[in-house]
Amino acid sequence: MTNEELKAAITELLPAAIFEEGGQWITVNVEPADWHLLATKLRKDASLLFDFLFCLTCIDWKTHLTMVYHLDSTKFRHNIIIKSKLAALNPAIETVSDIWQTANFHEREVYEMFGVNFIHHPDLRLLILPDGWEGKKPMLKDFEDPINMIRL
Amino acid sequence: MVEEIGRTADGDIIINVGPQHPATHGVLHLVITINGETIKKVEPHLGYIHRSIEKMCESLTYRQFIYVTSRMDYLSSHINNHACALCVEKGLQIEVPSRAQVIRILLDELTRIASHELWWGAMAMDLGAFTPFFHAFREREAINDIMEETCGARLTMNYIVPGGIMQDIHPNFQQRIKDFIKLYKSKISEYDELVTGNIIFQNRMKGVGYLSTEDAISFGVTGPAARGSNVSCDVRKVYPYEIYDKLEFDQVLETGCDSFARYMVRIREMNQSIRIIEQLVDDIPEGDFQAKTKAVLKLPKGEFYQRVETARGEFGVYIVSEGGTTPYRIKFRSPGFSNLSALDHMARGSKLGDLVAMMGTLDLVIPDIDR
Repeated sequence: MTNEELKAAITELLPAAIFEEGGQWITVNVEPADWHLLATKLRKDASLLFDFLFCLTCIDWKTHLTMVYHLDSTKFRHNIIIKSKLAALNPAIETVSDIWQTANFHEREVYEMFGVNFIHHPDLRLLILPDGWEGKKPMLKDFEDPINMIRL
Repeated sequence: MVEEIGRTADGDIIINVGPQHPATHGVLHLVITINGETIKKVEPHLGYIHRSIEKMCESLTYRQFIYVTSRMDYLSSHINNHACALCVEKGLQIEVPSRAQVIRILLDELTRIASHELWWGAMAMDLGAFTPFFHAFREREAINDIMEETCGARLTMNYIVPGGIMQDIHPNFQQRIKDFIKLYKSKISEYDELVTGNIIFQNRMKGVGYLSTEDAISFGVTGPAARGSNVSCDVRKVYPYEIYDKLEFDQVLETGCDSFARYMVRIREMNQSIRIIEQLVDDIPEGDFQAKTKAVLKLPKGEFYQRVETARGEFGVYIVSEGGTTPYRIKFRSPGFSNLSALDHMARGSKLGDLVAMMGTLDLVIPDIDR
């Protein structure tokens, strides 16, 4: 599908979606509450079939966080980026690990590094950080570590 | 190395494998629940070699951060560098001279062969055959010598920079590669004689670690591990970068979905890499090896994503720029991290001894997983 067709198809699925263009791929901004339902449709819709979540990450903008999902379709080979803005205080969004199993590990990483709570995640525990880690989330911009050198 | 750490309510034993275990090829810690010999659950615990590379990159300039990426997947360091250079070039719209493009691909493919050689030796050693390791290292050594002569390093080359390559190739470069191809072709049949055709080896691989096509896609498995499950995912074919679209080579696919299929993909892939090298080595174009770039690189405000095919799968660099000299946020989508997430699914219900075959054919490199 071309970008225009993708845009039309996604507007049909979620009229509230806001599009951004100019980048490499078309970007769709969605509200956290709409995300899980849209994700299910993106995966299932026979003409979209976004079955490959190849990158899942988070960006700390100091005032808020942004979840970024890169999606690919192994059948049609079209790509989109989904973004969702989360509050800096107690950020939370529905998990998509029931749709794309790869999200399980990626969401655990974002959970420990950014403190995003993934609602209904089957196994939301620390993955990379040592057990019992408390305090600030390491990937946030205001994280300071007096012992280990992180900023060069 | 393997010790009991507890029991579940059903009486299943929980054991540690690693983090210091020779079969995990690094500091991977697996907590495994077993019932007798049967695996019920595999839980990876990561982070023993986590160096927060993504965080460090936020304070490194676009010329500096490439050097850190060599330390992630140290067996594909050229290809990691390549991805970062391509991503920066995409942001700055730099045209890379064709001489640099060809040299980059030659080095990428040599790296891929070297990585698969190491995997083959180590994998056979995991399954109890010690000899193949020395055979594999004989050929890998020849590649390392080429790298050493041209790049000045054997493992973390840091030779690819935004705009091209760091310096011109060594005068012996082409001859050395031709000698290597000759050596490789005379020795590759030994691999099949020693390991591939071995009935004990085949029995340990066939039907072990089944991963269906749908699951491979859902778990985000890429690279040879996914192509063994018949997923067409070679980035060089699907989203060609550099000059891969002008080269003749086949995407290697197997339909077995088991460890043996993944094994065969890598063995056949080495021959495809040789094919690519043979097309390029004789006519490396003359000209500049680096485009003219400013001393200080500033990416425009925006987002840039570049995916490449490393020896282990799809490697992605995601740069978020605010217009400064350093990235605002950088994310490395490492193939090993996603591939590892499928291990639990693959291993459930199989025997503990088969876990080594599964980890071997996923080709895990731990610094690549932890980053």
